[in-house]
Amino acid sequence: MRATVLVRPKEGILDPQGQAVEGSLRQLGFPVGEARVGRVVDLELEASDAEQARAEVERMCEQLLANPLIESFEIELTEA
Amino acid sequence: MSQHRPKIAVVTFPGSNDDRDAAWALHALGADPVTVWHRDDDLPDVSGVVLPGGFSYGDYLRCGAIARFAPAMEAVGRFAAEGGPVLGICNGFQVLCEAGLLPGVLRPNRSLEFICRDVRVRVERADTKLTARCTAGQTLTIPVKHGEGCWYADDELYRELTDLDQIVLRYEDNPNGAVHDVAGVCNREGNVLGLMPHPEHAVDPLLGSADGAFILASLVDAAREREAALV
Repeated sequence: MRATVLVRPKEGILDPQGQAVEGSLRQLGFPVGEARVGRVVDLELEASDAEQARAEVERMCEQLLANPLIESFEIELTEA
Repeated sequence: MSQHRPKIAVVTFPGSNDDRDAAWALHALGADPVTVWHRDDDLPDVSGVVLPGGFSYGDYLRCGAIARFAPAMEAVGRFAAEGGPVLGICNGFQVLCEAGLLPGVLRPNRSLEFICRDVRVRVERADTKLTARCTAGQTLTIPVKHGEGCWYADDELYRELTDLDQIVLRYEDNPNGAVHDVAGVCNREGNVLGLMPHPEHAVDPLLGSADGAFILASLVDAAREREAALV
């Protein structure tokens, strides 16, 4: 299986990167509202069972991929 | 009479760049610094630890996030749990936060700019092992140099920390957007301190300020006391 982990700054957390991107896009003439910048982690997994894979990736997020104080995460699983 | 030099470990991670400055400053202040490599499973026989500044593992993922898995960090965790004095400077502070040895997290500066200049910090607590040479309310001039020094804790955590008196240093003129001007925090027991300013760069008036010596000499004192107590 493959997993895509989306890590985002939690709501309410100041995101200066997002603000800089937002300002630059407006400067280019794109009428965007708020921009937030996160991170994508693509993973190849050995697990073949989706439930087991999700549980494993959740543990990865809690232990390393996201810092729960400031970041939320979302996991998308796809068959390899 | 020359005093005994207590051994203090300075842990080097790949990407640390202030380890030698820290060792130099510790030696200048009467300690015997011992360099420890991040892959070492155990600390040598030391009575204090410094996690120096730098960019361990290139700040990949989040600053300090990878370094916390270094074997030497497990040994630092055990040393801290036994009450040993541990000082994390800049990247060392970031590593301690990611490792859960200190509360909060360091985020990119609000300005997104790398900041390199002297700052003034106020000592909120002079009763921890690592600030014992200071007086409460004293202002120290110490340089910062960081891109990710914006300390963050949510309201609930911050309240808990103020209730437990864990905020040790605050900026007089907040350079990075840290919540409530926090520049340094300690653990509940007060034997682990992390701060963004670099005391090792301010131990000689020739370098502009010697105020960093208040912090580092406190560590040297604490290490000397610990050594004496363990004999």
